[in-house]
Amino acid sequence: MNTTINKLSLNNLTVGEKGTVQLISNASLHVRQRLLEMGLTKGTIVEIVRYAPMGDPIEIAIRGYRLSLRRLEAESVFVQKDVQ
Amino acid sequence: MFREKIQSTTRYVAIIGNPNAGKTTLFNALTGMRQKVANYPGVTVEKKEGKVIFNNGDSATLLDLPGTYSLTANSPDEKIATDILFGRTSHTPLPEFVICVVDASNLERNLYLVSQIIDHHTPLIIALNMIDAAEKSGMIVNAQKLSDELGVKVVATIANKGIGIDELKTAMQSHITVSQKARQWSLPNVVKEECRELQTILQDAHHLSEPDSFHEAIQLLTAASALNEHQDRYAPEVLEHVKKDHEHLDILGIDRQSVFIESRYEWIKHVCEISRQMKPQALETTSDKIDKVLTHKIFGFMIFIALMAMMFQAIFSWANAPMEWIGEGFTALGARVTAVMPAGDLRDLIVNGALAGVGAVVTFLPQIFFLFLFLGILEDTGYMARAAFIMDRMMSKVGLHGKSFIPMLSSFACAIPGIMATRTIENRKDRLVTMLVSPLISCSARLPVYALMIAAFIPQKKLLGFFSLPGLTLVSMYLLGLVAALTFAWIFKKTLLKGETPAFIMELPPYKLPSLKSVVMHTWERSYLFLKRAGTFILGVSIVLWFLATYPKIENATPAQQLQQSFAGQAGHLIEPVIKPLGFNWKIGIGLIGSILQREVFVSTMGTIYNIKDAKTGEANLSLRQKMHNDVDPLTGAPTFTILTAICLMVYYVLAMQCMSTVAVVHRETNSWRWPIFQIGYMTALAYGMTFIVYRVGLLLIA
Repeated sequence: MNTTINKLSLNNLTVGEKGTVQLISNASLHVRQRLLEMGLTKGTIVEIVRYAPMGDPIEIAIRGYRLSLRRLEAESVFVQKDVQ
Repeated sequence: MFREKIQSTTRYVAIIGNPNAGKTTLFNALTGMRQKVANYPGVTVEKKEGKVIFNNGDSATLLDLPGTYSLTANSPDEKIATDILFGRTSHTPLPEFVICVVDASNLERNLYLVSQIIDHHTPLIIALNMIDAAEKSGMIVNAQKLSDELGVKVVATIANKGIGIDELKTAMQSHITVSQKARQWSLPNVVKEECRELQTILQDAHHLSEPDSFHEAIQLLTAASALNEHQDRYAPEVLEHVKKDHEHLDILGIDRQSVFIESRYEWIKHVCEISRQMKPQALETTSDKIDKVLTHKIFGFMIFIALMAMMFQAIFSWANAPMEWIGEGFTALGARVTAVMPAGDLRDLIVNGALAGVGAVVTFLPQIFFLFLFLGILEDTGYMARAAFIMDRMMSKVGLHGKSFIPMLSSFACAIPGIMATRTIENRKDRLVTMLVSPLISCSARLPVYALMIAAFIPQKKLLGFFSLPGLTLVSMYLLGLVAALTFAWIFKKTLLKGETPAFIMELPPYKLPSLKSVVMHTWERSYLFLKRAGTFILGVSIVLWFLATYPKIENATPAQQLQQSFAGQAGHLIEPVIKPLGFNWKIGIGLIGSILQREVFVSTMGTIYNIKDAKTGEANLSLRQKMHNDVDPLTGAPTFTILTAICLMVYYVLAMQCMSTVAVVHRETNSWRWPIFQIGYMTALAYGMTFIVYRVGLLLIA
């Protein structure tokens, strides 16, 4: 299976890159619940909008709104990078 | 405005919605000035109610529920909203129906909450808000189609312009029904079956209603494996079934948590496709353009610092003039009372006890006013979230959230508005830590103490040619406070209030023009609450302090003798053995006791002891400095004050909680006496310990 090859953590994308959410793992139940409820469900497209001036947190565009999360949380979001 | 009693009207309605959906603006538009604020019993969540008056003269009480993204109760705020919506609380009646505010420009995520409310069979109206903003970004939401899909009434509104409010009021007066379109999202069959079975068991074992059992079933199926946390809440047969369900679904490889959320979002996607038209739009929104500058690596920082400097300036110096007017006003009022009343204890009580105490509280008003005016604008425009975004990295080093930065910064002016500003921090532990350490940051009330000590005892020398010693001393005191605050934040996060590092999952709402009405109402509300809640407490404390400094009375005594012989003076003598190791004598002891209410009182107390009238002003201050300088112990001939004493005293004031207004505010904000008492305890211990070390090390260096 080569599906894992394309899977990246969200924090590995650079500004302007898009990805499709595959799964959220390694996060606590609570954090995972929040991320899912905020719309980071499987198949959702996310785009990295910017990194904060000190490199953390990250701002992403999702479901037509903007969300910020720390790299630590972004690490647990696995995405498939969209090839543009 | 707030005093008006809300009559027990027949209708009780709640307003709910996602944060940033315009819920508060809509609440204000519906209720006008007829609002009152209280706290929910036992928690620090604010309870806001208002009265809606309809055209025909009927009225309804409207409850403003805390902003929430879901009914999963991720935070105390969300738990309150959920509990009230489900009628689980004794302090708040079950609302007859709810108005859910939905941000039309952010439809998908807002409909998540709507879907949960519909599933609970709660009668509902939707206020489809900010349709103008949605249109601007190329989204046209058809209210009628949305209403058909959701099975509830949908009223389009632009709350900040007052559009749609009358229509919403009319809708509120009609018969509000339960949606017939509940639970139209499709779960995989196996999950659906398990859910249904569990519901039946829950209904039998716990006499839950059908909607409640549905909500509970989802929570239980979603929960982590062991169910330890639920053991005493549920019957054994329920837990046993849940365990079997978990095993079954886990074997099938079904993600028990995401399956419910994903299914819901699938249905939402379908609803949106039908009711929303997307026009091709510019790639970059106005908000994006603003953010390019405001969160820019360099400009972003510069603008942030400039804004903070301006806010700081406002609370530090713009507030100065009104503070002085208020101070002068109270002095004048005191003089007036002195003139018209016959001399005696009653007059003294009114002038030096009551008026002085009330004056002390009212003096803080300008600072609170300016801070909340600024914070209100920053919050309303959407900049506050960016400030947290920019500062989070730095604050996370001590285990705090980006949102802790502004309260801590405000504390340089005054800890009271700083502590009141912690309300924006959702995480309870983070908020508590911020409140606990904020008073360590040197506020403006410490400045008179520093100024007196530095001017009297720190020699005017230059260091390395350009640093002046007095200036360096002052900066060191500010740094000491800051370092102590950050260190203790870190310690508290590691020990007392440890827990999972709170997630930083924060929405960055689009920028918008602030609503003047909302900002002004918010500022007024904060100011009023401060006066009401801190005021009564401070009045009490200041009368007690007045009594201690006035009795027992001595005939024909000078003010200095009177003070020395008073209970406070005696207490100064009494605590001398305790403060001796810090290099303080009984005179300083009286100063410390006298300034329990507020720090700057130390200067005037010293003035009384050294028989100087109004020690705050220039010349008198100069002679106070000289007298303090020349004061020697009558027995040993050793000077009362040395450079070392002065430094020790300043260190003590940096770290000690010599401010009853702060205590009152922490009490009010935490809704308990436990935390303010703990705070007094740890700060006093810290101040004593640090001062002791500085004194001992200082003695060694001198010797």
